[in-house]
Amino acid sequence: MPKMALSHFEMAILFSLLTSVALGITGKTGRQEQIRYAAYCFGSFVLALFGLGWLMYFGHR
Amino acid sequence: MTTEVKKDITAVEPAQSWFVPVLLTWVAPGLGYFLLKSPERGAAMAAMSIVMFLLGLLMRGAFFEPQTGDLLTTVIYCGGWVANLANGCLYFLAKAFGYNSPDVAGHVVDYGTKFLVGSGLINILAMVDVFEIATRKKS
Repeated sequence: MPKMALSHFEMAILFSLLTSVALGITGKTGRQEQIRYAAYCFGSFVLALFGLGWLMYFGHR
Repeated sequence: MTTEVKKDITAVEPAQSWFVPVLLTWVAPGLGYFLLKSPERGAAMAAMSIVMFLLGLLMRGAFFEPQTGDLLTTVIYCGGWVANLANGCLYFLAKAFGYNSPDVAGHVVDYGTKFLVGSGLINILAMVDVFEIATRKKS
């Protein structure tokens, strides 16, 4: 079985994407609302990713 | 007047039994949706759960085994094990085919373990969704 090796950032984005789609599907009814909610969740994930990334960067200096 | 009321009552479909769809969703991710005639939703949830599980396997993520000790150890290991079990047939198939990756240090394996847990959590989300659809709390 091949081994997958991605960077921290790529894996976090992949995780965010899959989780956001699942949250969009289960969280809302109606195609438009689901897409909007999934996009909102993904944006929140990415924002948290960058925010916590910078927080850890300054925390370790 | 009486006829109208009777019509309204018959128009509302009775809630289905939730047990079988929820059980099917646990066994095979997304399957319960097909029973409730939501194939698009079922296919999308199955795809998310299966893709995340396969990515977890490709990253050589480790499965949790239940362990007890202090509170944090119990919560992490037992919770992780329950989330792994929530993958249903995917988990049992991986075990049956002898998948047993050791939990070694490194960010790829660590993310893989989280992907395997995340996949189970997505399936739990799907089970709750199927329950709500079956009991008519959600359309």
